[in-house]
Amino acid sequence: MADILRIALRNLMRYRRRTYLTASLIAVGVTFVLLFLSASGSFQNLMIGQITDAMLGHIQVHKRGYMASIDSLPLNLNLEPEEVRQLTRVLSQTEGVSDFSPRLKFPAMLSNFMETTNIRINGVIPRRETAVIPLLPGRVREGNTRLLKGELYVPELLARGMQLKIGDLVAVIATNEDGLVNGKKFRVSAIIESVTGPGGRDGYMHLEDARDILRITDDQISEVAIRVSDFSRLEPVAEQIRHRLAGGAARNGRPVFDVRTWEGLTPFVNISRMIDVMAFFIRLMLIAVVLVSVMNVMIMAVYERIREIGTIAAIGTKPSRIRTLFLCEGFMLGILGTGAGILLTGLATLIINSLQISFNFGRQAGLILTTGLELNQVVLVSLIVIVVSTLAALQPAHKAARMKPVDALGHV
Amino acid sequence: MSLIIAKNVSKVYRQGETKVTALDSVSFQIAPRSFVSFVGPSGSGKTTLLNLMGILDNPTSGRLEVAGIQPDRLTRVKAAEFRGENLGFIFQDFNLIPVLTVFENVEYPLLMVKRAPQKERKERVLDLLQAVGMTDQRDQYPSQISGGQKQRVAVARALVTRPRLVLADEPTANLDTTTALRVIDLMHQMRDEMGVTFVFSTHDPKVVRAAETTYTLTDGRIDSPLSQKPGGGNLG
Repeated sequence: MADILRIALRNLMRYRRRTYLTASLIAVGVTFVLLFLSASGSFQNLMIGQITDAMLGHIQVHKRGYMASIDSLPLNLNLEPEEVRQLTRVLSQTEGVSDFSPRLKFPAMLSNFMETTNIRINGVIPRRETAVIPLLPGRVREGNTRLLKGELYVPELLARGMQLKIGDLVAVIATNEDGLVNGKKFRVSAIIESVTGPGGRDGYMHLEDARDILRITDDQISEVAIRVSDFSRLEPVAEQIRHRLAGGAARNGRPVFDVRTWEGLTPFVNISRMIDVMAFFIRLMLIAVVLVSVMNVMIMAVYERIREIGTIAAIGTKPSRIRTLFLCEGFMLGILGTGAGILLTGLATLIINSLQISFNFGRQAGLILTTGLELNQVVLVSLIVIVVSTLAALQPAHKAARMKPVDALGHV
Repeated sequence: MSLIIAKNVSKVYRQGETKVTALDSVSFQIAPRSFVSFVGPSGSGKTTLLNLMGILDNPTSGRLEVAGIQPDRLTRVKAAEFRGENLGFIFQDFNLIPVLTVFENVEYPLLMVKRAPQKERKERVLDLLQAVGMTDQRDQYPSQISGGQKQRVAVARALVTRPRLVLADEPTANLDTTTALRVIDLMHQMRDEMGVTFVFSTHDPKVVRAAETTYTLTDGRIDSPLSQKPGGGNLG
């Protein structure tokens, strides 16, 4: 086989300029695809990291039905103390769970005693919450990064609208499950960066303060946010939690808990999927470029070498061997283009990363575009190009193999 | 025992509505180790006859046997195998592969057809290059050597698989007289040393004189042997 590849390479080099031109075309295609995949992958990871590490956590567990009414943050769909205990037990025993944070969420009114607006309150245990969403302190634009009882984190959006400053007194008023209205004064201890979507009105207070406002005396909570130790094993861990919870509290044969990964919790997943679809079409375009250019070269190669094909057939070369020879030429063209493309991508990556190109996305500003040669993408794209190059040579190779030697020898 | 037996072999081509008879009921026998030429003007059917003997084409009618095989009974793959095992070809235009060196051109049938191991390939190629006097040019490409040298390389390539029969279509047509005689001598020498049968088409009188048996073809028919020395026969 090595000998056939050597001959194939020699055959490609007989039309050096044409071979280099085609290989360059493939190389440019490979470079653009790898750069796009790398940049979009880096953007996706950045966004997923921002969303999961600054707000959602990797996995959340609610009572079944809660997510359908999430806009109103219904208190009647909170997890009951017995369910919370079961959930705590399961999460403590599940391998791969790094930490988890109970949250009590409810809609409330925020007043600066001059005007009021609505706010979504997250009652959390600060130490547990920062263990699950480590970027929360990083979202503090000004004020104290340590949340104490009697203090409130106000989202930037509301702070600006109500002209709130650190140390200001505000009142949080909420209606509990029984319809009783209660209010409590808080000191604004931090103004936090808002996030895109409904989370833009999320404020934080201590879990005990949240229970005081709602006059909750037991351990009920709205949700538990979970962080896994290895993000690549997110789905298996979620499945393990689902499995373990399904064995416990089930009412009327129906599971009580609703376990979702970040993908089931944020609309960003649609953008992420759109990027995946774009990446798919970009790969399709690369396939088309490779297919057309290699097929064109190989068709020309067959037409230019008809007498030669006749000669090698006459001396006894089997049709399958002739076919292999031309397939190897397509294969080698793919190898040349891919190799050059990977080198070019490496060079482009160095340049892009050294330029530190920044961009904004939603309310996220100054994100740095980073690219890199990801081994799995390089392997996938290389395989695609090499396989397509070889397949593109299939029809011309078949034509060469099917030629009658007597006709080919007589070709002028 | 004849190496080639042709009985009433005809070949008819269709050119649109017209039928062209390239060979018309040709009969002859060729014995092993003979040196046979077919002479005739252009269009007389020499190349067609060589193509049939080379299992590159099938007769329209009649019976042709090459080394005990009837070509029209072979599949494409079997025909290729048969050619690789038993036949060697020398072409008027040499038909060397331009991207391969002299050594590689001669090695090509061993590599692509016989799949011989590298050591054996090297030995056989070097032996033949020495026999045809092309050892010094082994690393040169066809574009770097003369017409006579190209034809000597072509002779070496035809013989490297140790075939029983070598078919040469106008092997001296593109060579000057001196070079043509050298190539004919070389083929003669190879026949004597290796016991290979040489059959060639020509209209070159020098080549005709060198042949032991010469058949004259006119309009697809064999007239009669011009000369016959031991090793040939005519059923016609």
